[in-house]
Amino acid sequence: MVNKVKHFFEKFYLVLIIIILYMPIAVLIVSSFNASEKNKAKWGGFSIAAYGKLFKDELIMDALYTTLLLAGGAAIIATVLGTLVCIGMIGMKKKMRSVIMGVTNVPLLNADIVTGIALMLLFTRFTELSFTTMLISHITLIIPYVVLSVQPKVLQMNMSTYEAALDLGASPAYAVCKVIIPEIMPGILSGFLLAFTMSLDDFSVTYFTKAPGIHTMSTMINAEYRKGIQTEIYALSTIVFLIVLIVLFIINRRSAAADRKEAAVQ
Amino acid sequence: MRKNVLKRCVSLIAGCMILASSVLLTSCGSSDGERKSSNQIVVFNYGDYIDRDLIDKFEKETGIEVAYEEFLTPEAMYTKYKNGSVKYDLICCSDYMLDKMIKEGEVEKIDRSKMKNIDNIGKTYWELSKSFDPTLEYTVPYFWGTVGILYNTKMMDHVPDSWNDLWDKKYSNNIIMQNSVRDSFIPALIRNGSDINTTDEGELRRALEDLKNQKEIVQSYLVDEIRDDMANDQAAMGLIYSGEASLARDYNDALEYVVPKEGSDIWMDSFVIPKGGKNYDGAVKFLDFLCREDVAMTNFEYVYYSTPNEKVLEQIDDEEKEGNPAIFPDESVLKRCDIFSYLGKDTEELYNRLWKELKAY
Amino acid sequence: MRKLTSRIMSGPYIIWMIIFTVIPLGLIVYNGFTNSAGNFTLDNVAAIADPVNAKPLLLSFEMSLIVTGVCLILAFPLALILSKYSKNKNSFIVMIFILPMWMNFMLRTLAWRLILLNNGFLNQWLTTIGLDPIYLMNTKTAIVLGTAYDYFPFMVLPIYNAISKIDKDVICAAQDLGATGMRIITKIIMPLSLPGVISGITMVLVPSMSEFVIADMLGGGKVYLIGNVIEQSFNSGYADVHMGSGLSLSLMVFIIISMIIYRIFDKGEEADGVW
Repeated sequence: MVNKVKHFFEKFYLVLIIIILYMPIAVLIVSSFNASEKNKAKWGGFSIAAYGKLFKDELIMDALYTTLLLAGGAAIIATVLGTLVCIGMIGMKKKMRSVIMGVTNVPLLNADIVTGIALMLLFTRFTELSFTTMLISHITLIIPYVVLSVQPKVLQMNMSTYEAALDLGASPAYAVCKVIIPEIMPGILSGFLLAFTMSLDDFSVTYFTKAPGIHTMSTMINAEYRKGIQTEIYALSTIVFLIVLIVLFIINRRSAAADRKEAAVQ
Repeated sequence: MRKNVLKRCVSLIAGCMILASSVLLTSCGSSDGERKSSNQIVVFNYGDYIDRDLIDKFEKETGIEVAYEEFLTPEAMYTKYKNGSVKYDLICCSDYMLDKMIKEGEVEKIDRSKMKNIDNIGKTYWELSKSFDPTLEYTVPYFWGTVGILYNTKMMDHVPDSWNDLWDKKYSNNIIMQNSVRDSFIPALIRNGSDINTTDEGELRRALEDLKNQKEIVQSYLVDEIRDDMANDQAAMGLIYSGEASLARDYNDALEYVVPKEGSDIWMDSFVIPKGGKNYDGAVKFLDFLCREDVAMTNFEYVYYSTPNEKVLEQIDDEEKEGNPAIFPDESVLKRCDIFSYLGKDTEELYNRLWKELKAY
Repeated sequence: MRKLTSRIMSGPYIIWMIIFTVIPLGLIVYNGFTNSAGNFTLDNVAAIADPVNAKPLLLSFEMSLIVTGVCLILAFPLALILSKYSKNKNSFIVMIFILPMWMNFMLRTLAWRLILLNNGFLNQWLTTIGLDPIYLMNTKTAIVLGTAYDYFPFMVLPIYNAISKIDKDVICAAQDLGATGMRIITKIIMPLSLPGVISGITMVLVPSMSEFVIADMLGGGKVYLIGNVIEQSFNSGYADVHMGSGLSLSLMVFIIISMIIYRIFDKGEEADGVW
């Protein structure tokens, strides 16, 4: 009996949190279908006009494109640099390693606003703001997440296979590609994913290092919501939500399959 | 062996760098590359202050690409401009900030001989511009207006024709103020009988005390959002620019605009060409384009602020003018209004200080 | 030979971090300790003691503590229940609770604006069921709600990770020895999940303390946080790069001190990453 009550409360709590978490998203989605131009909280009839307008809206589409390009480019470069340093740290003295990890932690522990300002100060002193500077800022912001995802995998790795490869005459570079990289691949992938997400979600750093005429989704929304009712933005959120749902579902299915495989092997 | 390793490692690194730089380069292609060919102008303007279709039109007509950037307040604009990280070719801002930039020698003279449509701007507005651009060499008027109160007739039993109404406790949590330094001080200064261009610390401090007392009944301090919030019946009264007021009234019939009887601020937003811009000719072309009759008409219909373009004004019938006193104010209203001027560095710093005190209060 | 490889591999990263992390921070320090004439001064750093800056700082601190507290109180039971239902962090049920994090940050905040506006969704619902409307928009409560919502997943994940790593045998042993459910939670699960809790607190406290956009969007300019002060000193008002840098430095120091204070309680345990 007690167990049943407990069970009920647990379920109840889960459902309650789910409701709180999804209510804002539901509000956005409902708003996108609301025909009322004035107040989105009052139902003014069903309409999908916002979606038609969304795809014609150059501002939003450009921002979407920039965001994806920026996040993709930054995540790729950050993953390459981050993975290289994690592998490189294997052969390093402990002291050197802790210095590198210390520097890695700086953007993490620093408030985003400080990172943004620091980079802005650098760029304004030496160059002009452009897409490149935005890309650099994003890489700097997300690189620590790659290192923190890959580093544990490198530490867990069994070094003897690598040494064996070297003993058998493989060059270090060859051994890295054929032995180490495959082994730490899960860490690299989750690092890439995390870096990509962080770049997508960033506002503060972009806000300070933004080039003129270029918007990411975050800065675009921040500039546009002030100007009044922008149904397109709500339509955009529905689409973003759907994409996220699909992507996560795929990732989830794949990793679940991988887990099952692992379990079967064991 | 040693050489071999080095070679492989270098090629690995080189590969990564090529990958990285290719991403960098493709991305720069659209921004940096074209900038060098100086076929781009960077325009800096208030939010939602142009019909964006006109930018496309300009790009098609001239082949000049427009990087269009927006700011919220004149102070934000000045900071970003001074920052130097972006070289703007054209900036639109308000009277007192232009006054400051002209006095500081930050702007270029505008070559009027290259502008075919400059004469479309009416004489009255050039006169008004003289307060901040005495020689009329540096600015081209864009839109102008007044500062007043937008109120919701469904939520109020009387016309708030005095600034004192903004201190009425009956409308607690129903008042929206401007989140812009100079504008937010207008009501407090005028109701205390001060000049809006006062540099007297005592008067400014007294205005600040009033604003602090007001803070508890103020719903929010906003800039561009006021229009939308008022149109959505969020508040009874809002301190607003005349142009924004007329736009809000399009959405909500219950809204009316009034310039309080004690007087107010009349403002003029004009374009200037800042020093350090990279494409002077492009900037002048864009300015001329904006003054052109058809363009100015389209832009007026979109922005719907008071336009200084006579050719546009001629086309508007009297009925429309009478129906919209917010953007077509009559003489008596203009007579009780003053225009802002730049108050010098000391007062500017004082304002900044007072503003922070208010925000942190 | 191996040394060479490791140098070449970590070289690009080290160079990158020096140019884009260390030097920019150096610039902040430099600007923070000089005035516009380039002379050394402590004024910019000392400015944090000025009431117009100190008040927002304390307000930020207070609000970030509330946000962290709210997140912790809600997240701990959630992580506990989740760990019962699923041992795998990639499982569907865990994903459900992390998914909102993937929505754009601005969209999430915008949604709260829609809900909290005076005649927004919340008050529409309240009036429909016959209750009086409540005005939360432009208050501290609104900002706390928005911020807590934004950073909630950052609290759930580390705690969940820590709890799922606890050895089931320990709990079974305690049960065999007659410990009640409550005692197991307070005596075993809580202490053992501490690293997760600490990392969760860090992940929530730091960003919520320097927050300025949420305050902008949900606070209607009435709530002035240290993030807003710093942002304004760079982006609006009569900007002062030196003052802004000085204040940023103070904020950094403030965050570091608060980190150190509770790392002392942490007793040097390695904190668990989010993933």
